[in-house]
Amino acid sequence: MQKKIIYLRDTDSAQQDRINDFYTLFSNELRDANLQEPVQLVKIADIGLYEKGITVKILPENIVYSGIKNTDVKRIVEETIKGNKIIKELLYEKKSKQMRAVLKNCGYIDPESLEDYIAAGGYKALIKVLLEMKPENVVEELKKSGLRGRGGAGYPTWMKWNFARGMNSPEKYVICNGDEGDPGAYMDRSVLEGDPHSVLEGMIIAGYTIGSSKGYFYIRAEYPLAVERVQKAIDQAVSAGLLGNNILGSNFNFELEIRLGAGAFVCGEETALIASIEGKRGTPHPRPPYPSVKGLWGKPTIINNVETLANIPKLIAGGGAKFASVGTEKSKGTKVFALTGKVKNSGLVEVPMGITLREIIFDIGGGILNNRAIKAVQTGGPSGGVIPQEFLDTPVDYENLSKLGSIMGSGGMIAIDETDCLVDLAKFYLKFCVDESCGKCAPCRLGGYQLLRILEKISEGNGELEDLNKLKKISYAMQKASLCGLGQSASNPVFSTIRYFEDEYKKHIVEKKCQAGKCKALIYFKIHPQKCKKCGLCMKNCPSSAILGSREAGYVIDPQKCIKCGVCFDVCKFKAVMKE
Amino acid sequence: MTKKDKLQADLEGLVKKWKDKKGNLIMILHSIENIYGYVPRETSLKLSRLLNVPLARIYEVITFYNYFKLEPPGKHNVSICMGTACYLRNADSLIEEIEKILHIKEGQTTKDEMFHLDVVRCLGCCGLAPVMMIDEKVYGKVKKNEIVDILSKYVKEEE
Repeated sequence: MQKKIIYLRDTDSAQQDRINDFYTLFSNELRDANLQEPVQLVKIADIGLYEKGITVKILPENIVYSGIKNTDVKRIVEETIKGNKIIKELLYEKKSKQMRAVLKNCGYIDPESLEDYIAAGGYKALIKVLLEMKPENVVEELKKSGLRGRGGAGYPTWMKWNFARGMNSPEKYVICNGDEGDPGAYMDRSVLEGDPHSVLEGMIIAGYTIGSSKGYFYIRAEYPLAVERVQKAIDQAVSAGLLGNNILGSNFNFELEIRLGAGAFVCGEETALIASIEGKRGTPHPRPPYPSVKGLWGKPTIINNVETLANIPKLIAGGGAKFASVGTEKSKGTKVFALTGKVKNSGLVEVPMGITLREIIFDIGGGILNNRAIKAVQTGGPSGGVIPQEFLDTPVDYENLSKLGSIMGSGGMIAIDETDCLVDLAKFYLKFCVDESCGKCAPCRLGGYQLLRILEKISEGNGELEDLNKLKKISYAMQKASLCGLGQSASNPVFSTIRYFEDEYKKHIVEKKCQAGKCKALIYFKIHPQKCKKCGLCMKNCPSSAILGSREAGYVIDPQKCIKCGVCFDVCKFKAVMKE
Repeated sequence: MTKKDKLQADLEGLVKKWKDKKGNLIMILHSIENIYGYVPRETSLKLSRLLNVPLARIYEVITFYNYFKLEPPGKHNVSICMGTACYLRNADSLIEEIEKILHIKEGQTTKDEMFHLDVVRCLGCCGLAPVMMIDEKVYGKVKKNEIVDILSKYVKEEE
């Protein structure tokens, strides 16, 4: 019998109990059927699906069953493993609106095997480039493809490469930006962990094109597995002659090295990243000169995001025109998003540019948790903005998102529902940027702090209408005067929440009310006397003895003593505790 | 080998490995942090002599980056994720709960040096929000009332 692998994963929970039970069930069934030898059973940490119950993936057929129960195990072993038959009712329906290009290999090949990558068509593009193409042809192909940087700003990749190519310097550098610091995004991690060779191949091609012989991977130290796998991939590529001197018999030499980030969001900014690789504090420099003129150690340097580089091999192998056949007029290809927040199926999705936000959130993401109403979508992380639900039918591309006051960013996409407070959300992002501001320029260092203080004032119920103008003014000053992208965009969450949800701010300021019930100073807990069953559970659990009363008389909350921790609200089984 | 000798040997090894590479300071600090869990002051002093870099420059780098610590960590490192996804799924209530149980605040270590609490930005598993990590183990979809049990497992192990 052909060898098979069964991957097992509990997509509801990271805890091991349930999956261990299923592991035992499967191994018992396999033992009874005498199939332990040819079938390998593996518990894996991520199967690409979330909140779909116990999920198994059977290789090499690549059959995915989700939501399986104890009683299904026997059937799966007998019918699918033994009988090679697909059980239709267990089959996981593919999310049809996705289009996997960058993530094509992730989860399908062994990321630690060079052979697997080559068998999946890997390094074909590199061979083509080295044997058949001149650097200018590569640039030409990129230009045709319309590929734009996936890290945030969306700068055309061919222009970046072409600038560096045109520089007359014996030393040039290629840097892969894997410092994915945007909270709520993990696309780059998945690519580096799931398909490291594709990024390597992109970097080698970049090196050839601009005439560089040295490249650096800059990866967050918080991603140890990604670091390990990239190092392994580099070692494999060196021994296979894909890195080093005279690659594949050509006269092109290229080497790669990993440098670790150390937890600084600002290092995602090009010039700060360069400073960090040089072993210094990651503070940005004014541009120009751009890195493609004067970058790492003063030499011409290109910096590309992980996802951009992972696009390169497929783009070259298939041709620029084919790449450009997907997407909108000015944004081509696919984009990976980390869809999180209040959606039912959170996870990584890869979609063609031009798909609408609604399709991503409802058709792929399955809609909002607990079927609540959607309020807005946040894209671009701390540098992005919110897009209210009335614009959900906007096709996603660089231009449209920026018209709406947000950005594509690196690909975080967060669904916000009616129970989220946008003042609080703006505060959350701003706190992040204030923490992460490097402190070099005043607009970012001081502006961010002042914005945060005003927001805190509003959420504590001390806001004045004049504060809204102050917020807008400071935001504008930060956008215009900050030194780097972090400062220029740090006020975006404030700007865009005021733009679309000024009413919500005004409610906080004038009526001193937080509808979502997030801003603690503005909410009060009350016990509804009719709904209360006088069980006393709230009083028992109250940490500040703020609940008075008895089983006979019922209970009330003393607002003076209440610390608004919400324990009573959580423990009440009869929904008698109300938040106002 | 005494502790001091070991420190000296570790450092010399590291410096030898990285000396000829440009921009090596951060990578050396990473290795030191991996060995000790923090960057002890005496290693910085020695490093400054070995690399011929002013101590101020080393401290400038250590204090700039969140990843480097100047204080020894606890036996078990508890990290609560406050990335956007976890924030939206009420990770702040987990922090409050842990602070209540362990009587420490973010960035502090318990008196018995058993637990150290950190609030971190995105552990990169937003699908499992809210996420808590103790040492290398990730706990996903953590509920407030599960925390006592999870922490007491670690205490029991010690006994």
